[in-house]
Amino acid sequence: MRTEIEGRDLVSLKGVHKAFGSFEVLRGVELGVAKGEVAAIIGPSGSGKSTILRTINGLTPVDHGVIQLGDITVTDPKVDKVALRHRVGMVFQQYNLFPHKTVLENVAMAPIQVLKEPRKDVEERARNLLAGMRLTEKALAYPGELSGGQQQRVAIARALCMQPEVILFDEVTAALDPEMVKEVLSAVRKVAEDGMTCILVTHEMRFAREAANRVFFTDKGVIVEQGEPKAFFANPQDPRTKEFLDKVL
Amino acid sequence: MSETSIFADVLRWLPFVLWGFGLNVLMSVLAIVLGTGAGVFLGLGQTSHIRLVGGVSRLATQLFRNAPWLVLLFYCIFLMPYSIVISGATYNVPSWLRATLGFSLPVAANFSEIVRGAIGSIPKGQWEAAEALGYSRSVTLFRIILPQCITRMLPPWMNLYALLITATPLASIVGVEEALARTQAAVQSEAQASFLIPMYATLLVMFFLYTYPISRISNALERRFRTV
Amino acid sequence: MLELFRQFALELKASGINLTILYDAFDFERFVSGLATTCALVVLCTFFSILIGAAGATVLGLSRGPAAMLVCAYVALIRNTPLLVQMYFFYFAVGSLMPVGQNAIGLPVPMIGNFTWAVIALSLYAGAFNVETFRSGIGAVHGSYEEAALALGYSRFKAFRYVVAPLGLRFSFASLANNLVDLTKATTVAYAIGVAELLYVSNQIWSDSLNTFEMMNVMLAIYLLLTGIVVWIIGRAQRAMRLPGFGVN
Repeated sequence: MRTEIEGRDLVSLKGVHKAFGSFEVLRGVELGVAKGEVAAIIGPSGSGKSTILRTINGLTPVDHGVIQLGDITVTDPKVDKVALRHRVGMVFQQYNLFPHKTVLENVAMAPIQVLKEPRKDVEERARNLLAGMRLTEKALAYPGELSGGQQQRVAIARALCMQPEVILFDEVTAALDPEMVKEVLSAVRKVAEDGMTCILVTHEMRFAREAANRVFFTDKGVIVEQGEPKAFFANPQDPRTKEFLDKVL
Repeated sequence: MSETSIFADVLRWLPFVLWGFGLNVLMSVLAIVLGTGAGVFLGLGQTSHIRLVGGVSRLATQLFRNAPWLVLLFYCIFLMPYSIVISGATYNVPSWLRATLGFSLPVAANFSEIVRGAIGSIPKGQWEAAEALGYSRSVTLFRIILPQCITRMLPPWMNLYALLITATPLASIVGVEEALARTQAAVQSEAQASFLIPMYATLLVMFFLYTYPISRISNALERRFRTV
Repeated sequence: MLELFRQFALELKASGINLTILYDAFDFERFVSGLATTCALVVLCTFFSILIGAAGATVLGLSRGPAAMLVCAYVALIRNTPLLVQMYFFYFAVGSLMPVGQNAIGLPVPMIGNFTWAVIALSLYAGAFNVETFRSGIGAVHGSYEEAALALGYSRFKAFRYVVAPLGLRFSFASLANNLVDLTKATTVAYAIGVAELLYVSNQIWSDSLNTFEMMNVMLAIYLLLTGIVVWIIGRAQRAMRLPGFGVN
């Protein structure tokens, strides 16, 4: 295990359990991600990958275990949700942009309405972020007028506009047509290269290998194996990891 | 005036009102039968490819669906003959029967829309598949499409009945002695203000106890058919 | 122009169609005031019933507690009992408990008149149907939109207010148009408590002028026109709020 940097993890999950009815999705997840790290979580469908992400920003409350984000204890029932979600951004598989708001409004509305930041500052930041995503001319369009890849890049800008410390990417390319996967992956990579702490659930093994500093493999609700991507993909230790990688690579 | 004696008074009038409620039920049952029958024809007519049949059916449906129930009731009460002659014998048409006809018009129009909607909800591919198998349009309709529509039509049909039973007190306006008219008669003969609320509340409860289970069953069926 | 109408109406009378409202000033005025009363009922009750519907759906959307149970009971009670009995209950029964004022010559006048009771009864009636309409419209909004708002730090109330409710409204138009057509038709029931609306004055006119058949047809035509206008207005509102790429109908 990765005991050497235990103390300076930005995000840490310890003994996290979660059951939906009688189905145990998470059965003692241990996971730590340091500041500036890009962590990829891979594993078979139904292994609890997405649930792990959703516990980190408190969208899914856990049954046992402790989740720590910097000085915030996510699993504390009295946690300040606004502060938590200010610090953790999330990008969804289905983009989930608000269809009744323009692209610019989508990016700027939460900092204005939730964080109460001045509209002028937020909109300037939002326009800069959209420019970074090469979407300047789409600022006043509605999400429904954009392609899937463009919508997903808006969603990334929306998460960035909250100025979080961590961004969770939940299978952000799974709903996209193949020709749009690349543009979104390069946007994610750009976010990572700018020093943002990223945790991503993905089916794109090549992307995990190239962009991540650390790969976690989940199966049946536990983290089975983790490591540096090179070593992880070249020489997996656990038989379950081997079996999975044989199937997908 | 003590609480118990008001309760006793309401109880004393209850059989009188309940008999009137029987007339509400009778009118609603007759009107739903007549309206459903006519509504099937109108609804099928709306889907007809014969232009005249389709046009007339759509016009009649829209007319009776968008006209207020009370206005249609007035039409039937004032403009229908008070007696009819069948093979030499003269029959009086009592006002409750004319009111029933008045209720069956909007029921027919609403059911016509239910039929049209149910037929429209069957995927077009089924018509095409049947045509490819050599079925005629009418055989396709009666042997393939309609049997699937029955379960889809049942919940809205029950809702329509619930709407109908709660509309029947309108007949009291045109002099039919149903439950509301009898409640008013009871209230007038008692002639005391403290009697008003319990008496009208009793009538509301009466209708609620009859209609609520129908609405609940309708909702339950709708949920069940939706998931299948 | 008006004289032309008069001439035409008198000619019609000669040929057996007696439209007194076109040549008799008294009948014309009665008829117009009845139409105005009907329109006032429709407008006021539309306003209040939408308010009730929105408030009820908000309660149902945000709470499962006693407030939600109260709203459910209200909807069930109104929808499963006759409107006419409700109106009598308010006008005769509840009205008998209301304070009585005096008019200029000292005669007793109820503080709440029959028109006001009609507005109350009809608004509560149509309001119950609107609660159902808005509730199911909100139910049609996919949960992922609320989730995206929560992930951006919105509270449940704010997510409802800024995201779920505006989207749900767009799923509600068809059913709302239906309810408002029903409301327009239901204003005739105010006849029963002596509100001088269209049906009431038409009845007066045909009783005085013995032109039942003509007046009924005129009245029916006006109601069809009114319901047509209601449908048209809702259709306009719906088109104005249509969103690109957001599937409604």
